[in-house]
Amino acid sequence: MRPKLKFLTDELIQKIINEAIEILCKIGIEINNQNVLSLLSGKGVRIKKSRAYFTEDIIQKALKTAPNSFSLYDVNGNEANDLSGYNINFTPGSAALHILDYNTQEIRNPTTKDYINFAKIVNQLKYIASQSTAFIPSDVNEKISDSYRLFLSLLYCKKPVITGAFRIESFEVMKNMQIAVRSSGKTLKEKPLTVFSCCPTSPFKWSDVTSQNLIDCAKYSIPIEFISMPLSGFIAPVTLVGTLIQHTAETLSGIVISQLANPGTPILYGGSPAIFDIRYETTPMGAVETMMIDCAYNEIGKYLGLPTQAYISLSDAKQLDAQAGLESSMGATLAALSGINMIAGPGMLDFESCQSLEKLVLDNEICGMTLRMVKGIEPKEDFPAIPLLQELLKEKHLLISKHTRTHLKLEHFFPGQVINRANRPRWIEEGSTSLKERAHNEVEKLITSYEPTKISKEIQKELIQLMETEARRYGQEKLPDRDLSHCV
Amino acid sequence: MDIILQKISEYLQKGDEEKVFELTKQAIGHNFDTKEILDNGLIAGMNIIGEQFKKHEIFLPDVLMAAKAMYAGMDQLKPLLIKDGIQGMGKIVLGTVHGDLHDIGKNLVGIMLKGAGFEVIDLGRDVPAEKFVDTALNEQVKVIGLSALLTTTMSVMKEVISILKVKDTTNSIKTIVGGAPLSKDYAKEIGADAYAYDSANAVESVKELIGVN
Ligand code: B12
Repeated sequence: MRPKLKFLTDELIQKIINEAIEILCKIGIEINNQNVLSLLSGKGVRIKKSRAYFTEDIIQKALKTAPNSFSLYDVNGNEANDLSGYNINFTPGSAALHILDYNTQEIRNPTTKDYINFAKIVNQLKYIASQSTAFIPSDVNEKISDSYRLFLSLLYCKKPVITGAFRIESFEVMKNMQIAVRSSGKTLKEKPLTVFSCCPTSPFKWSDVTSQNLIDCAKYSIPIEFISMPLSGFIAPVTLVGTLIQHTAETLSGIVISQLANPGTPILYGGSPAIFDIRYETTPMGAVETMMIDCAYNEIGKYLGLPTQAYISLSDAKQLDAQAGLESSMGATLAALSGINMIAGPGMLDFESCQSLEKLVLDNEICGMTLRMVKGIEPKEDFPAIPLLQELLKEKHLLISKHTRTHLKLEHFFPGQVINRANRPRWIEEGSTSLKERAHNEVEKLITSYEPTKISKEIQKELIQLMETEARRYGQEKLPDRDLSHCV
Repeated sequence: MDIILQKISEYLQKGDEEKVFELTKQAIGHNFDTKEILDNGLIAGMNIIGEQFKKHEIFLPDVLMAAKAMYAGMDQLKPLLIKDGIQGMGKIVLGTVHGDLHDIGKNLVGIMLKGAGFEVIDLGRDVPAEKFVDTALNEQVKVIGLSALLTTTMSVMKEVISILKVKDTTNSIKTIVGGAPLSKDYAKEIGADAYAYDSANAVESVKELIGVN
């Protein structure tokens, strides 16, 4: 049986949804984008000034056209993430402002070199299902900082990409890069390569940029994850249920816009809500209540029959310490048990603002453990038990029994070198390493063991040309040096 | 006699809007010096609140309650202050720079600055560089506060500061910057006069900038 965790009863879920629908019909939602307002108005939505008022009928129709599941395909066109049912997929936390340097332990602005190292590592991490545009290289013009991340991701890592645009203008090149990889818009639609984050602004608003991004994605059937961020007790009710009502209304508004723009656009019922810590003026992602809200809105998404996403399994610690491990693993465990389809967080520290390569390799182990956990406890060749136990009594052990050899690798998960399970003397003999040292070694190992992806030279050339043209538009004549041994 | 000012300060710290309103009215009735009511009553109370907040003895909502109580007193003092020609703490123009929609942190800073007695002109978010400078000059503010939360919008702050350098011929307007991607070093690099990492720190830095305590 797959273990499952639940925080809400169906009755409460239905009540929350009803309330959210009422909000969208009565209070409406503010949309600061004329294109979106015209689109909605054309589809029969009542618009007053810049507010859209939906009806229950419109909302229910949108919920019917939104797909119940979809898959993401890697750069080579192979299915990589199955976003359906209780399947879970881990993806690194995205869009960090800083990186925790794995050599100097300094928190600093990331560069192209960091980004390439990151992509190389993610490419090899077994339990991380997709990559994300994890931070912003600071050595390029800021106007291309969103598209440039996607460019590097597609060149150096084969996994599907969780990403997003920071500006309306960036969408075009980010879409063209994807078409370059897939060779046509039609194949891109059949085999989605990316998910774009689109954020409503709490309370009940869509900005010009994010709502335009939303309808642009919909036009090309590029999957969208809705990232509503009500902050409990600050710009949302302090109660978890109150926050959930607000989150539901904001997320539903995004679903309606996407489905009116292009029915059938794949979406993730996502978010990044948090409680607001009044002591420090921060939005803790490692707070247990934040995680509870995430798991609960995932239940609402599932109830509506939609695939889900959350920023969970990350930490607010500033370095790779025990707090980082405990918050990330608590989040990963809860998320896995709740069946959140896209679990975003690994590698992330400091309230979604700092990525760490060392934490990423540790989190990979956490992900591995939770992936094992959700396989649950299933009877294999366990009944009748007597023959096997007679073998045990006779042989005194089962180490080489056929039963053991058949089931060992499936029943037991073996973490990598980051997790230490040696006895004390052996641990001492092997250098008394700390977790940080082991994670560091793993990072170095993975950077050297990287092998280029199978992306063709032609596609690489096309991507480079698209990126260089975009950079030149903003006055950047030359892109930073890359590790050219792996690409043209 | 000073007991009434002491009481204003105490009730303000408790966030008791009604009592502060009542006591300020009484103090005015007793012909207290307007400036004295302000400094030894309202501001004195808010300073204690600020200190306690910094030491994590009280939390944000406590500060906001106190600030609300302070306005109850301030509203009555304002006409008198103007009549007596007494300068308040001064004006600050605040906003999130162009291209950036993150205003939660900026709003908090605004609330706290108001609480500390400043007059805050909040230009909102996505504010064009010119608008900061023009408003600052028209309104004769002492400080411009800039907020940015995106790596992509940090550079707009630099733009504001260079426009200010050109237009503010007397070089009297100071700048303070904040937001998650910023640092002291970055602030220095772009020529900002100060940087602060949270709202209490912002109040402190602004006071330091304009030389009040
Ligand atoms: C809430 C939030 C949002 C909300 C904002 C709602 C609102 N009304 O502000 C929404 C959902 C709208 C949003 C949108 C986006 N966001 Co956002 N968001 C955040 C989040 C999670 C928290 C910010 C926050 O409010 N913190 C709480 C407040 C109290 O803290 P604060 O803002 O830091 O402010 C304090 C100090 O910095 C200081 N301060 C702040 N301003 C000032 C000013 C002065 C003068 C002074 C002295 C001090 C000061 O004092 C404040 C009080 O303590 C951050 C993560 C983070 N760690 O910051 C991401 C984050 C900033 N967002 C991010 C991104 C990518 C986006 C989007 C581009 C996503 C998208 N693709 O659509 C859009 C941006 C749209 C745009 N053009 O602006 C990234 C930034 C990436 C980057 N490298 O630039 C972050 C880091 C998250 C992430 N990793 O993805 N976001």
